[in-house]
Amino acid sequence: MILSIRRVAGLCLRHLYILRGSWLRLLEMAYWPLINVVMWGFTSQFLSNNSSWFAQAGGVLIAGALLWDVMFRGNLGVALSFLEEMWSRNLGYLSVSPLRPGEMVAAILVMSFIRTMIGVLPAALLAIPLYHFSLFSLGLPLLVFWTLLTMMGWATGLAVSAMVLRFGLGAESLAWVMIFAIGPLAGVYYPISVLPGWLQSVAWALPPAHVFEGMRAVMIQGVVRTDLMLSALALDLVYLTLGIGLFLYAWHGARVRGALLNVGE
Amino acid sequence: MKAIEVRGVTKRFGSVVAVDDISFTVEPGSVTALLGGNGAGKTTTLSMLLGLLLPSSGDIALLGQDMIRHRYRVLPRVNFSSPYVDLPHRLTVRENLTVYGHLYGVPDLKGRMADLCRDLDLTDLLDRPAGKLSAGQKTRVSMARALLNQPELLLLDEPTASLDPDTADWLRGYFQDYRRRTGATLLLASHNMTEVERMCDQVLIMKTGRIVDRGTPAELFARYGRDTMEEVFLDIARDRRRPDGPSWGEP
Repeated sequence: MILSIRRVAGLCLRHLYILRGSWLRLLEMAYWPLINVVMWGFTSQFLSNNSSWFAQAGGVLIAGALLWDVMFRGNLGVALSFLEEMWSRNLGYLSVSPLRPGEMVAAILVMSFIRTMIGVLPAALLAIPLYHFSLFSLGLPLLVFWTLLTMMGWATGLAVSAMVLRFGLGAESLAWVMIFAIGPLAGVYYPISVLPGWLQSVAWALPPAHVFEGMRAVMIQGVVRTDLMLSALALDLVYLTLGIGLFLYAWHGARVRGALLNVGE
Repeated sequence: MKAIEVRGVTKRFGSVVAVDDISFTVEPGSVTALLGGNGAGKTTTLSMLLGLLLPSSGDIALLGQDMIRHRYRVLPRVNFSSPYVDLPHRLTVRENLTVYGHLYGVPDLKGRMADLCRDLDLTDLLDRPAGKLSAGQKTRVSMARALLNQPELLLLDEPTASLDPDTADWLRGYFQDYRRRTGATLLLASHNMTEVERMCDQVLIMKTGRIVDRGTPAELFARYGRDTMEEVFLDIARDRRRPDGPSWGEP
């Protein structure tokens, strides 16, 4: 399948126009990550003064909160970009334009990346003066963690978009619900070893469990666990392939049912 | 080469047959109407022509290209407008046209937009959000979007629905002028009999998913012994009279 950069950029432009014209949307993107970092930052400060484990690596909770938001915003960026088309009843015109489904996916992923940056970067910067913790001090591993979590966020967002295509706008709340189902198993704020044995097996089947273990290994032990990163990458590739496949399958299904012209609840 | 070639197309939704084994062709440069009551299968047919909906069986070719297998080869040369599809409300007219200009790969987009806005009297609306336009203004913007790529084939779903008679009349004139200037083919699904009489070279009359009659407006008037398309339509819709014979109700 040939991707046209011009068409992908065209659809991105549509979403950038929306963002440019709505300061409320921009504010909302940054708002939750900022609240998160404030809440977990103070919790982290309290624990680091009262727990020897946390005293070894102050900021592990803040880093967890920020990186969790990378995955959450990645998911939301995909799902909301697609939902925007359904809310505005614009999908019919997009579907009869030369824009291919693969190009639509590419544009949505680009927009998700931009939305994640807008959402998480201000919070990461705020943590520096507030708690003297810089996420960027993680160095190169941060880039790897960010990429791996974004990929899982994209996979989830595409799965949500597929569900919305299949079941209509009644399924839109999945954009928020589905990712939080992963939360307890991701080990954002605690090691996977605290989970019951059978749940640990489920957790290890999810990329974020590997990423957050890897993050703690860097922050507490000063070790870069490439084994964890490689297993997260392999799992991410599986989930992202599934997400894209599910979206394209739902797209095809919508063409069989005639749902592209009349989308709604 | 025909502009549109439909052979034996059927669309089933479960046990419901929405379109039942229809076949027709449309000559290049002509204007054809799909006429029929609510639920006759007009919009389903248009959706299948555009590839928005996959037929259960049959073949569709637009501008010589198989729409089921090679849809993306022909879509840059086709466009569509419907009152049931919107443009993003928060985007201004200029932004909407710019986005679609990129999607269709329109060369000299600014020039093309300027020409269309002049023709469709949109220049003063360019920086207004699409959601704040009146129904007539929205239709003109939708037309500008549909004409951005100078389509060789334009499919219109109820093009003058919800427009006042003056705007509707102006729009019909614009379509006819566009066809004269470009040689484009137009297919419109409509309930508006005046529109069909005035604009169309060929009329396909649909009922319960089938094409039950076809011809030029003059041929249909003669066949049904009527003076207006509305009378022909009512005869068919109410099973009152069949062509070249007595009324259905008569012995």
